[in-house]
Amino acid sequence: MAMSKRRRAQMFRYLQYGILLLALVLLIVFANWGQIKRSFFNLDTAAAMFPDVIVVALLNTVIYTVLGFAFGLVLGLILALMKLSSVGPYRWLATIYIEFFRGVPALLVFIAFGFGVPLAFQVRFDIYSTVMLALGLVGAAYMAETIRAGIQAVPKGQVEAARSLGMSQGRAMITIVIPQAFRIILPPLTNELILLTKDSSLIYILGLIGTEYELTKYGRETLSRSPSLTPILIVGLCYLIITLPLGYLSRYLERRTGGRKVPSPEASGLEVSA
Amino acid sequence: MSETETETDSDVVVDISGLTKSFGSLNVLLGIDMLVNRGEVVCIIGPSGSGKSTLLRCVNLLETPNAGSVIVNGVELTHPDADIDAARRRIGMVFQSFNLFGHLRVLENLTVAQRKVLKRGRQEATEIALANLERVGLSDKAHALPSELSGGQQQRCAIARALSMDPEVMLFDEPTSALDPELVGDVLGVMRQLADEGMTMLVVTHEMQFAREVADKVLFMDGGYVVEEGPAEQVIADPQHERTKTFLSRVLNPAHQEG
Repeated sequence: MAMSKRRRAQMFRYLQYGILLLALVLLIVFANWGQIKRSFFNLDTAAAMFPDVIVVALLNTVIYTVLGFAFGLVLGLILALMKLSSVGPYRWLATIYIEFFRGVPALLVFIAFGFGVPLAFQVRFDIYSTVMLALGLVGAAYMAETIRAGIQAVPKGQVEAARSLGMSQGRAMITIVIPQAFRIILPPLTNELILLTKDSSLIYILGLIGTEYELTKYGRETLSRSPSLTPILIVGLCYLIITLPLGYLSRYLERRTGGRKVPSPEASGLEVSA
Repeated sequence: MSETETETDSDVVVDISGLTKSFGSLNVLLGIDMLVNRGEVVCIIGPSGSGKSTLLRCVNLLETPNAGSVIVNGVELTHPDADIDAARRRIGMVFQSFNLFGHLRVLENLTVAQRKVLKRGRQEATEIALANLERVGLSDKAHALPSELSGGQQQRCAIARALSMDPEVMLFDEPTSALDPELVGDVLGVMRQLADEGMTMLVVTHEMQFAREVADKVLFMDGGYVVEEGPAEQVIADPQHERTKTFLSRVLNPAHQEG
C-alpha cells in the first residue's frame, strides 16, 4: 500500500508522459491532416509570395519597427528624465502619459493618431512619419519605465564622482549616468523591440497601399486571393526570422552584462582575494 | 581666471566656521570650525557616526550645510551665488568606494572631466592623464576597464583621476576602508608621496599609523563636534580628552596591525 517516496515520484513522471502521449494521439486521430496540408502547406501559394514577402513586406515591417523604436527611445528617454525630475508637473505629466499609453490598446492609439491628428491639426504625414509617431508613442510608454529603472540602477557614487570633478548635473547625466543606464537595460530594451515588431502588425488600420504593406497586411491581402491559409504560415515564419535572433541577442546581452556590473568595492575586493 | 588670483595671496585653503548639518531630525554636525593651510595634511579621526565623512562632503558641497560658511581657495561656497561646479574643479575627491566610471577605460576616466569640464584638448588631457597614472604606478593599466583592476588599483586610479584636474586640495573619504588589508599599503604609499610633494590634503581615515606619520594636524571628532585637535603626535600619542583616549585605546590596542 505505502509507496516509497522515490517510487511515487517515478509513477508521477510516467503519468506526465502518459498525458502527453494521449494528447498527441488525440491530435493525430481527430485532426484532418489532408485539410491541414491543403490549407497551410500549399507550395504553389507559398512560391507565389516570393520575393514580395521579403523585399516588400518583411522589409517594411523592419523599417516601421526601427522608425518606431528610434522615436520611442528618444521620447522614452525624455519621459524617464521627466519622471525623475524635481519639478512636480513634469513628473505628473510623464506619469499620466505612461499610464495612459500603457493602459490603452495600441490599435486604438493608431486609429486615433491616423485619423484624429489630420483632422485636429490639419496636417498630413506620409506613411513612414505616421507609423514612426504612432508606434513610437506606444513604445515610449513602455521604454520610459525601463529607462527610468536603468538610470536609478546606476550607483549614486557615479554622480557624486562626476559632480566632484566639476561636472554639472546635466553633464554628469549625459556623460556618466545615461551610457551606463543603457548598458544595464540593453536586455529589456531588446525585448521591447520584439514587442514593437509584433505591434507593427496593427498599423494596417492606417490604410496601407501595396508598396507600404508590412507582413501581416501582406499576409491578409494574399490570403484573400488564395484558396489556402499558407500565407499566414509564411508570414508567421517571417516574423520569427526577425524575433528569434533578437531573442537570442537579448539573452546573450543578459548573460554578458549579468557578469560585469559597475565595479563595487565588495565585488572588486572579492576578485582580488580569489 | 579671476578666482585663481585670490588663491595665491592666502595660505588658507579651507576655512570652515560655524558649520552645522542635519539630516531630518538627525543632527550630524553641531558647529565645526576648521582651518587647513596650504601644503598641510589634516587627518580627521573618530568613531563611525561622528560626522567626519559628512564634514568632508561639506567641503565640496556634496552635502549642503544648514548653517555656517565654507571657504575654499578664497571662494565662499556657501554663498548663494557661488559657482559650485567651478569651485569643485579645484577640489579633488577620493571616495571609499572608488566610484570609477564603469563604462570608461582607465585613461578615459582620467580624461573625461579634463575634456568636458576644463575643455582641454585630447592630446593635452591624455598627456596629463598618463603622467598621473605613472605617478600612482598604473602606467600599464591605461587601457584596462575599472572592473579588471584590483581594489587597490582602482583607488589609485581614482586618485590619479582627481589629480588630473590639478586640484588645490585633495579630500580623501576613508580611502582604504573598502580594501583588502594587503592592498591598503599601496594606496597609503601614493598618499604619502602626495603629502611629500606638498599637496594640501584632508583625510578621513581609520589608519592611525598613517595619521601619526603623515598628518601635520589631527582632528578627533565625536558626536558632531571636534573634540580635540592638534599636532598628530600629540593627539594620537598623548590625547587630553577622555573620549579621545577611549577611542584610541579601542582602535590601537586590540592587536590592530597595519600594512
